[in-house]
Amino acid sequence: MKRSFCLGTLRVSFVLLATMARGDVAIYGEVVHTVAGDPISRGVVLVKGTKIAAVGRQEDVAIPAGTPELRARVVTPGWVDAHSTVGLSGFLNQNHDQEQLERSAPMQPELRAIDAYNPRDELVDYVRSLGVTTLHTGHAPGALISGQTMVVKTFPPSLDQSVLNPSAMLAASLGDAALSDKPDKPPGTRAKAVALLRAELIKATEYARKMGLPEADKRPARDLRFEMLGKLLDRSMPLLVTVHRHQDILAALRLAAEFNLRLVLDGASDAPLVMEEIRASGFPVIVHPTMVRPFQAAENASLETAAKLRDGGVPIALQSGYESYVPRTRVVLFEAAMAAANGLGFRSALAAITLDAARILGVADRVGSLEPGKDADVALFDGDPFEYVTHCTGVVVSGTVMEAAPR
Amino acid sequence: MTAELLGILLASTTPWVPAQEAPVAFVGGLILPIHASPITNGVLVVQSGRIQVIGPEGTAIPAGATRREIAGKVVMPGLVDTHSHLGSAAGADGSSPIQPEVRVLDALDVRDPSFSRARAGGITTVNVMPGSGHLISGQTLYLKLRDGKRIDDLLITNRQGRVAGGLKMANGTNSRRDPPFPGTRGKSAALVREKYVAAQDYLSRIQKAGGDPSKMPPRDLTLETLGEVLTGDRVVQHHTHRHDDILTVLRLQREFGFKVVLHHVSDGWRVAEDIAAAKVPCSVIMIDSPGGKLEARDADWKTPAVLEKAGVTVGFHTDDSVTDSRWFLRAAALGVRAGMTREGALRGVTVAGAEILDLSERVGSLEVGKDADLVILSGDPLSLYTQVLETWVEGRKVFDRSDPKDRLAATGGLGAGDPRRARLCCFELWGGEQ
Repeated sequence: MKRSFCLGTLRVSFVLLATMARGDVAIYGEVVHTVAGDPISRGVVLVKGTKIAAVGRQEDVAIPAGTPELRARVVTPGWVDAHSTVGLSGFLNQNHDQEQLERSAPMQPELRAIDAYNPRDELVDYVRSLGVTTLHTGHAPGALISGQTMVVKTFPPSLDQSVLNPSAMLAASLGDAALSDKPDKPPGTRAKAVALLRAELIKATEYARKMGLPEADKRPARDLRFEMLGKLLDRSMPLLVTVHRHQDILAALRLAAEFNLRLVLDGASDAPLVMEEIRASGFPVIVHPTMVRPFQAAENASLETAAKLRDGGVPIALQSGYESYVPRTRVVLFEAAMAAANGLGFRSALAAITLDAARILGVADRVGSLEPGKDADVALFDGDPFEYVTHCTGVVVSGTVMEAAPR
Repeated sequence: MTAELLGILLASTTPWVPAQEAPVAFVGGLILPIHASPITNGVLVVQSGRIQVIGPEGTAIPAGATRREIAGKVVMPGLVDTHSHLGSAAGADGSSPIQPEVRVLDALDVRDPSFSRARAGGITTVNVMPGSGHLISGQTLYLKLRDGKRIDDLLITNRQGRVAGGLKMANGTNSRRDPPFPGTRGKSAALVREKYVAAQDYLSRIQKAGGDPSKMPPRDLTLETLGEVLTGDRVVQHHTHRHDDILTVLRLQREFGFKVVLHHVSDGWRVAEDIAAAKVPCSVIMIDSPGGKLEARDADWKTPAVLEKAGVTVGFHTDDSVTDSRWFLRAAALGVRAGMTREGALRGVTVAGAEILDLSERVGSLEVGKDADLVILSGDPLSLYTQVLETWVEGRKVFDRSDPKDRLAATGGLGAGDPRRARLCCFELWGGEQ
């Protein structure tokens, strides 16, 4: 996208949006970034019901007479935040709204995100007002296995309608974040953490074997923990490992090789130090928030981690991540913007919060690009979406036009 | 005020002296002086740590000047960050809620990598504060980010001849704890008033002594510092979020007549008229999302715009490490996004900050006689895609993106947080230009 250096007054074109209007709508953009292909100049996205009916140049798409219109300089898919804790790590940061981390045991794979997620938390509305339409959210980093994650739309609040995957991944941490701060509570060391995980996975392997026995009376009682770990072992669910230091990244890869797990690496500040190993594994990386504070385990975090991984042939997505204080949540749009300006480039950064994120989350059949048949999740901007002074002027989630002041 | 007089008033007593004696001329760039209109294709000459010449194309360049062609680039004053925690400075301890005698001066590690990050962000002047967990957590320190290795190398000597700095105060919830800390807002204000009343008494006893040492009260570091506040020699830099807490600060300010700056002011948009009527400046932080604490639930990017419209002097701050010094300019841009004028936003990271720190006769704008503190940018200061290319403090380059070590500070990566590793390890792996 061409950048202009202009000292003049910022011109803002406001788009008037109907209050949560649902129905057919034609969304016109001076540029439409479908992400599935090249940007379309003077493009249009035709929405019918909850789905995209057509995308193309304005002269090529027949718009039925009387179809309501939205217009913007730039139209993109709604953002897919590849890893967040919004809806669990509540807006106020008081005990009553903090659901992201249960510290009573180091491994609690039975904790479901859908039992904790608050779809009406103010931060859900907030990130949506900046274009986020899909969240991969759930239990936070900070325990060896903190619980499950989910993939959910930022509208409507009814989970029956908004959840794309109620049990997307198991959230794990390795390295400093997995360690207990109490001397009498394991794990106290990195080696102990991995030993605990291995022992649990071996038990889960045995549980799965017994559950497969033909004789019902020889099967063990149902165990929610082993049941979830079994999904890792049969590769129906990936393990989302938040890990920063190079030795911990390698420990995660070692664990995956031993138990034939599917991994999604998360954070991975030190990834450039072990690039070959990550590339060889074939696992994707949800890169640390670009603007993450470079302290402790993430002390080697770089604005260029995403670009280096992309250049190294590793599938990547970007994330807002987990914050314990302020900002209460990062905004994945801004993290992508900073990556775009630091080697990743506009199109890769755009893909990292749309289609590439959707692929890693296993929901690319529904969201992540502007293509006929996909969910009508669309974001509208009055300029380059990554520029600091650009506004998000409209958001459409599953065909519903959300009312919001330009932000 | 002449440059000579400024030199006398503001000469540093530290061993650091501007080494750059030969003039350097920056030619061909867009100059943003801030106090005046932009100059396209301008000429800026710095010598002996000061700005010697500024003007349009064709302005005479002194003989012997080193010429730097910067066509396509932008020059603006070095940025002034009015509230930061660089160098992991700790002020007051947990023993009591009011500790004005504690100095950041005695606690700062200027070799901390956060200083390099601040230079990479174009910051040249910074107010390093103790935390907000006390009603009064200590004396803050206004620093120049000279390339020094000891705290003395970075100090600024103010008009009164002392080390420049303010006094950090806070109200609201951060300073509420178990006794001896206050448990309520009412108690917080009462404790502060009690101490300032004691300081008033201390000053009057000194005055009554009339210079007679035998009649002087015993020296009291706590009351001495608060006395500096009462006489207007030390500015209160006050953490405050909620609208009622902001008004409490203004009430105390009226009662005791001190100079105060409101910091964070999350609810500032609600009480902008009151702030404007009190003629009190604000230093605003721009956070990516609201919430995180009860007091900041209504934090809004529109605050600087609303304050600007009400006529308040608005500066910005990083609160580093709450936000990172490397993208301080982003705060100004987000202010514009939410309705602030472009000019006001640029003042907010320069000259407004200088006013807030009472250093505006020396820093904050590109004017002849002022310190040669400047930033060279690759483009529009408010664009995401713009990079800080060079940062200069008093005529010396302290950051150069083309230097791999400095680039590493700007981008992060292996060694950026640990200077020992940065020396030993491989820039090409992480930080090298590719």
